[in-house]
Amino acid sequence: MIIEEELELMEKTMRSVFIGEVADLPQKLGKTVTIGNKEIAVFKTENGDIRAIENRCPHKGGVLAEGILSGDYVFCPMHDWKISITDGKVQAPDVGCVQTYPVEVKEDRVYILIHEKVGGEGNCSTPLAKGV
Amino acid sequence: MIKQKLVLIGNGMAGVRAVEEVLKINPENFEITIFGTEPYPNYNRIQLSKVLQGGTSVSDITLNEWEWYEDNKIRFYPGESVTSINTKTQSVSTDKGRIESYDQLIIATGSNPFMLPLPGADKEGVKAFRNIKDCEEMIEYSKRYKKAAVIGGGLLGLEAARGLLNLGMEVDVIHIYDYLMERQLDRTAGKLLQVELEKQGMNFILQKNTAEITGRKHVTGLKFSDGSKIKADLVVMAVGIKPNVALAQEAGIPVNRGIIVNDYLETEIPNVFAVGECAEHRGIAYGLVAPLYQQGQVLAKRLCGIRDEGYQGSVLSTQLKVSGVDVFSAGKINEDESTKVYKTYDDWNGVYKKVLIENGKIAGAVLFGDTKDGNKLFNFIKNESRIEEYLESSQSVISEVNTVADMSDDELICGCNGVTKGSIVEAIKANGLTTVDQVKGCTNASRSCGGCKSLVSDLLACTLGDQYQADQKEAICGCTTLSRDEVLAEIREKGLTHIREVMNVLEWKTDGCSKCKPALNYYLGMIDPLKYQDEKEARYVNERMHANIQKDGTYSVVPRMYGGVTTSEDLRKIADVADKYKVGMIKVTGGQRIDLLGVYKEDLPKIWAELDMPSGSAYSKGLRTVKTCVGESYCRFGTQDSIGMGIRLEKKFEGLNTPHKVKMAVSACPRNCAESGIKDVGIVGVEGAWEMYVGGNGGTHLREADLLFKFKDGDDLVEMIGAFLQYYRESAKYLERTSAWVDRLGLEHIREVLSDELMVKEFNNRINEALSVVQDPWNEAIHNKNLLRDLYQTVKI
Ligand SMILES: Cc1cc2nc3c(=O)[nH]c(=O)nc-3n(C[C@H](O)[C@H](O)[C@H](O)COP(=O)(O)OP(=O)(O)OC[C@H]3O[C@@H](n4cnc5c(N)ncnc54)[C@H](O)[C@@H]3O)c2cc1C
Ligand code: SF4
Ligand code: FES
Repeated sequence: MIIEEELELMEKTMRSVFIGEVADLPQKLGKTVTIGNKEIAVFKTENGDIRAIENRCPHKGGVLAEGILSGDYVFCPMHDWKISITDGKVQAPDVGCVQTYPVEVKEDRVYILIHEKVGGEGNCSTPLAKGV
Repeated sequence: MIKQKLVLIGNGMAGVRAVEEVLKINPENFEITIFGTEPYPNYNRIQLSKVLQGGTSVSDITLNEWEWYEDNKIRFYPGESVTSINTKTQSVSTDKGRIESYDQLIIATGSNPFMLPLPGADKEGVKAFRNIKDCEEMIEYSKRYKKAAVIGGGLLGLEAARGLLNLGMEVDVIHIYDYLMERQLDRTAGKLLQVELEKQGMNFILQKNTAEITGRKHVTGLKFSDGSKIKADLVVMAVGIKPNVALAQEAGIPVNRGIIVNDYLETEIPNVFAVGECAEHRGIAYGLVAPLYQQGQVLAKRLCGIRDEGYQGSVLSTQLKVSGVDVFSAGKINEDESTKVYKTYDDWNGVYKKVLIENGKIAGAVLFGDTKDGNKLFNFIKNESRIEEYLESSQSVISEVNTVADMSDDELICGCNGVTKGSIVEAIKANGLTTVDQVKGCTNASRSCGGCKSLVSDLLACTLGDQYQADQKEAICGCTTLSRDEVLAEIREKGLTHIREVMNVLEWKTDGCSKCKPALNYYLGMIDPLKYQDEKEARYVNERMHANIQKDGTYSVVPRMYGGVTTSEDLRKIADVADKYKVGMIKVTGGQRIDLLGVYKEDLPKIWAELDMPSGSAYSKGLRTVKTCVGESYCRFGTQDSIGMGIRLEKKFEGLNTPHKVKMAVSACPRNCAESGIKDVGIVGVEGAWEMYVGGNGGTHLREADLLFKFKDGDDLVEMIGAFLQYYRESAKYLERTSAWVDRLGLEHIREVLSDELMVKEFNNRINEALSVVQDPWNEAIHNKNLLRDLYQTVKI
C-alpha cells in the first residue's frame, strides 16, 4: 500500500524529456545531452538499446559520452574506469556509481525521464573526488 | 665403488660453488658433508647490499634452497662450526661435539670483517657488514635511531651508507684518504663519485683518522685524532676484511695472509684444499666473487681427477652497486713510469674515462658516469689487447651502436660467473630457453650480482629474434586467451574483416574492452588498409575526435606545421581563430607546433574550417611531428638541408596509422638541435651523409636511439624509413613504442631484416598502399554531415 503510494508520487514528479529520434543517436557511441543543468551521456548500444547516465565519471569527472562502449559498459576516456550503463555501477577494482536515468522510446522518439526537483535523483550518491 | 668422503667447512659462496661444480662433473663419486656457522642455506652475500638498500628480501637471495642439499644427498649442518681439524687422523670436530672424518677436505671459511682496534670498538651499536645477521641488525637500528657513521669509504662502506640512507638515517662516511674507493678508482673518478653521492645525501668526512668510539655502554659518537667529534647512534666499520685462517693455523696448515694454496688450490697438507677469500694464491687473497668462482671450478676438476693448467690468478673488475652511480674499474688503475694513459673527461656531464696502457697493451681502466664500455675493456685487459684495437672499436659505427649482437662469442657477459656470450647463446639454442630466469638456471649467468641481467635479456632477444615475442605468450587482454600473433594469424587465415567478427569467431569472452577494441581496429587496418572500414567507436576519444581531450572535457587543436615551419599568414589565421573562439591558452609544443587549448567539442569543426589547415595529428597513434633544426639554410654548422628533409618526411608519412605514436626529427649536424637522439626515427646529417637512428624515446622510459644505417643519398634514407616503419607496423604489439619494440626484437635482428633489399622494396610497397588511402581527418569531418552529427553535435534542452 505504502509502496504504491510512493510510486504514484514518483511518477508525478518525473518529467519526460524528448531528446531526438532513435536514428539521430550514433550507433555504439555516446551523445552529450544537456537538460537544464544536467549533463547526460546517452548511449545506443550494439543491439539498439538506449541508456542514459550522468556524463561525469566519479573518479575525476571524465566525460563518459566519449568513452569506449563495450556491450553494457563504458570505459571512461580519462583513466579507463569501467562503468555499467545499465545500473551506473563502477566495476571492480574501482568503486562508486553514476546516476542513471530511465529511457522511454515511443514511435522512434527517445525520452529521458528526470525528476522535477533539482538534485532529486536517487540511485547513486558517490560524490566526485575533491577538486573536480 | 666406495665413495670418497668430501667435507666442506664453510657454506659460503666459494665453497658451495666448488661443490656445485663437483656435482656437475661427477655426482656419484663423493659423499658430501657441509658445515656452516650461519643457520641458512647458501645465499648470495653480494646481494646483502641490495637487501639493505631495499626492494630485496633475505629469502630472495638464497642461492640453493634446502631441497638442493637433500636432492644431492648432501649432509648439511647449518649453524654448526668446525672447531678443529686433525690432519693426521683426517677428521674435523665441531662445536656440537661431532667428529667427522674426511678423504678430502675443503676449507672455505671466507673472511672476517676487519674491526679497527679502537677504544670503544666493543660498545653496543658498532657493527660490521658481512652477513644476514649484520644486515638485519642494521635494519632494526634504523627503526630506532637517526644518525649513522660508516667508517670506510670503499665499496662496502658506500653500499652500506646507501642502504642506511634508504632506511631513513642520516649518514656520515669517514674515510682516511682524500678520495673514495682508492683501491679501485683514481683521484679524478673518486672525486666525481663523491660529488654524485653527496647529491644523494651522503656526508663525507675525508682524511680523518678515527681515534675513539665514544659512549658508555652504547655508542654516542666518534672522536677523531685531530680532536674533532661527530655524533652517531650506529657505527658501521667497513675498513677491510681479513682471511679467516684461525682454524687452519691451529691445525698447522701453512698460512701467510691467507691459507697458502698452489695453482690447484692444494694446501701444503695432503688432501686439504682451500678456496675463496680464506685462500692466498701467488700472494693474493681475493675478495670478490668472480675469481673465487674460477677457483671453485679448478678445485672441482682437481678433486675429480681432471688435470688442466690450473688456476692462473684473475684480473679483477669492480662495479659499485649503488643506483644512479655508474662506476667501473678493472686491472691496473694508477699510472707509473711504465704506463701511458688514454683519457677523456667531460666535466659538464660528469663522464670520465681512463684507459691505462703498458707496453702498448691495455692494462686497466676506470670509467665513471658511462660504463657501457666496461665489459669490452675488461675483455681487452684480459686478452692484453693493443690500445689501437680499443680506439678503432670505439670509432667504428658498429661499436657506437653497442649491442650484445656485436660482441664476439668469447666475450664475458657475466663476470661473476665467468659466462661468455657464446655459452649463453648455445644454451638458449640447445635448451630452447626463453626467459632470463631460465638462462640463469641453466648457465649461472646473472646469478650473482645481477649486473648483467639486461645483457642476458638482450642476448635472448637477439638470439630468438621474432620467436622471442612468440614464445612470451601474452594474451592481448582479459577478453581472450589469444596472443597478438595468434589473433593476427587467425585474421589473415580466416579473412576476418571487422571487430565484431573477430570477437565472435575467436570466441571472445566479453563484448570487448578499451584494450582489445582499439588493438583489433589497428590490426585489421594494418592487414588490409584498402578495404578495412575504420571503426571509429573502437577508437580512443582523441583519435575519434581528432583532437586531444583535456581534463575538463574540452579539447585542444594543433594544426600541422610541416617541419615546424610556418608563415605569417598562418600565424595570423591561428591568432584570429584563437580570439574568435576564446581559446583558453596558446602554447608552443615540444614538437614545434602551436597548441590551442580549451576548445569546446561543438566548436571543433568550426575552428578547423576557419583555420583551413591540415590536422597536426597531435593525438594520433601515428606520425606526430617531424622536428627539425635550422640546418644548412641558416646555421653555421649545418651540413644538410634538415628542414627540407623534415618536410619531405612529414608530407610522406602524415596520417599513417602505427601501433603507437611516432615522432621524428632531423638535425643537420651532430649538435642535434632537433633532439634526434630520442626520437622513434631520428636523422642526423653529417658531411655528405645522413645517419638514421631508431628506437629513441624521450618519454617515461627514456631511451637513446640506436644508429641503424647511414646513407649518402636522401632517397635511400626515405626508402629505409618507409621500410622501418612498415616493419614496425607489422610486427609490433598495439601500443608498443618503437623503443620497446627495438629492445624486444634486437637491433641486430632489425638491421638484418632491413639489409635485405627485396624486403625493403616490399615493405615500401605495403606502406605506400596504406598511405594511399590517407585523408586529412579534419577535412573529412567538416565535410561529412553524419560524422558532424554523430561526434560533434550535442543536444541542449
Ligand atoms: C655486503 C657485501 C657486498 C659484496 N659485494 C660484492 C660484489 O658486488 N662483487 C663481488 O664480487 N663480491 C662482493 N662481495 C664479496 C663476496 O661476497 C665475497 O668475496 C664472497 O662471498 C666470498 O666467498 P667465500 O665463500 O670465500 O666466503 P663466504 O661467502 O663469506 O663464506 C664463508 C662461510 O664460511 C662460514 N664459516 C666460517 N668459519 C666456519 C667454521 N669454522 N665452520 C663452519 N663454517 C664456517 C661462514 O659463516 C660463511 O658463511 C661482497 C661482500 C659483502 C659482505
Ligand atoms: S643541429 Fe647542427 S646544423 Fe642543426 S641547428 Fe644545431 S648546430 Fe646547426
Ligand atoms: S575520470 Fe574517469 S577514470 Fe578517471
